[in-house]
Amino acid sequence: MVTDNPSVMAGAPLLSVEDVSKSFTIHLRGGVRLPVVANVTFEVSPGECLVLGGPSGIGKSSILRMIFGNYAVDTGRILVRDRSTGDVADLASGDPRLVLSLRRDHIGYVSQFLRTIPRVSALDVVAEPLLTRGVERKAASNRAAAMLERLNLPSALFNLPPATFSGGEKQRVNIARGFMIDHPILLLDEPTASLDETNRDVVVGMIREKLAAGTAILGIFHDIPVREAVATSILDVAAFSTREAA
Amino acid sequence: MNSEPILSVRKLEKRYGNFIGCTDVSFDVWPGEVVAIVGESGSGKTTLLNCISTRMERSSGEIRYRMRDQRFPDLAELGEAELRFLMRTDWGFVHQNPADGLRMRVSAGANVGERLMAIGDRNYGDIRSRASDWLERVEIAASRIDDMPVSFSGGMRQRLQIARNLVTHPRLIFMDEPTGGLDVSVQARVLDLLRMLVSDLGLSVIIVTHDLGVARLLSQRMIVMKSGRIVEQGLTDRVMDDPSHPYTQLLVASILEN
Repeated sequence: MVTDNPSVMAGAPLLSVEDVSKSFTIHLRGGVRLPVVANVTFEVSPGECLVLGGPSGIGKSSILRMIFGNYAVDTGRILVRDRSTGDVADLASGDPRLVLSLRRDHIGYVSQFLRTIPRVSALDVVAEPLLTRGVERKAASNRAAAMLERLNLPSALFNLPPATFSGGEKQRVNIARGFMIDHPILLLDEPTASLDETNRDVVVGMIREKLAAGTAILGIFHDIPVREAVATSILDVAAFSTREAA
Repeated sequence: MNSEPILSVRKLEKRYGNFIGCTDVSFDVWPGEVVAIVGESGSGKTTLLNCISTRMERSSGEIRYRMRDQRFPDLAELGEAELRFLMRTDWGFVHQNPADGLRMRVSAGANVGERLMAIGDRNYGDIRSRASDWLERVEIAASRIDDMPVSFSGGMRQRLQIARNLVTHPRLIFMDEPTGGLDVSVQARVLDLLRMLVSDLGLSVIIVTHDLGVARLLSQRMIVMKSGRIVEQGLTDRVMDDPSHPYTQLLVASILEN
């Protein structure tokens, strides 16, 4: 970690993406190179919800994955600022231990799809982020149950593994898990894509609460009412795209 | 981020005459971390595991281990007594075939209790009650404590082997394809148990597997080996979702979608 500036500015960006580019080299296809995005540059400040816009295939999800450290970057920096100390770390360096520590303390991510684990119940999937941070099991389960109730998941499902759940039920488990921890930065990849109107409104309310608490949110929302309800600004990813939209 | 590695491997090589078992292998393991070593048969991953755990002699290179008193010696510098302490107490080794890690014709309780007796425990009642606790933690009914592992199913044997390894509160566990010989349904239960125990006990684990699903479930970091060399290493989900080496891409592309 590099200590950037000891005088911490309250409104300073928590996330700064600078000149990031990404391509895939597919060795199984004779080393063909697929460029994805280039010169990606933006910032997200506390209480801001920046929405990545543009058609499918333009590289929006890839940008979120790079910021979560799930995709490597070819060039550029992804700077994550510690809200209380002002320290800045470059996640793009790809150091696995740095990425893990940033995921633990700084960056939450709600992916499009829940990755289920055999035998693990919905309640435990949601409680796990609390348990790994030392919250006692009973308290963690209670908070997980409250979160699932808020998202209207039938309580009969709490103790079942989500593998057999519907798309919307899985997505609500995924959202609940992602919202359990108050990460300063939250990445949302179409969190409302398979939800009905009632649950969509619940999620909008949850996003607004995070913003009011000063979370910096970067999201992808194809759902226009949701986007209009939460976005503070929209960034057209087409400007960074190096390939034709699908 | 401020802790120091528990294990540090540098330029490790194992040769069998002209044949290379593994070479130029360097990596660190930190406390509480699960590192998966993946690759197909013959990639050198089991040779590597055996060299690190001193079950096999290395040809060259360094293997340093953080002792409980914070010394960080090369394992080659340790005397007989200290090595025995590591093997019996501070380390565990979970074999693919439980029969390699258990004594099949002594009772389940004795299999677990034996590791305690090896480190000087002599109180029979205490040993038996701790063995019984551990059987329950690995979901084996305490009523089976006097039964021999030969009467257990494959999954139960594997869970017993895990209990036997963990009873001494080791800090580092080596695992060689721990679910490799099990039916899929049984495998899920053993994996789930391992996942919970590793996180509850804060263990460091080096797990060798050819099953990328197992690696994804258990490990934070992944090392990919081919022909005795590391071809790629990094965060497990990064290596699997954005593999860069041709061989890693081939491995990942070969997984069945679910």
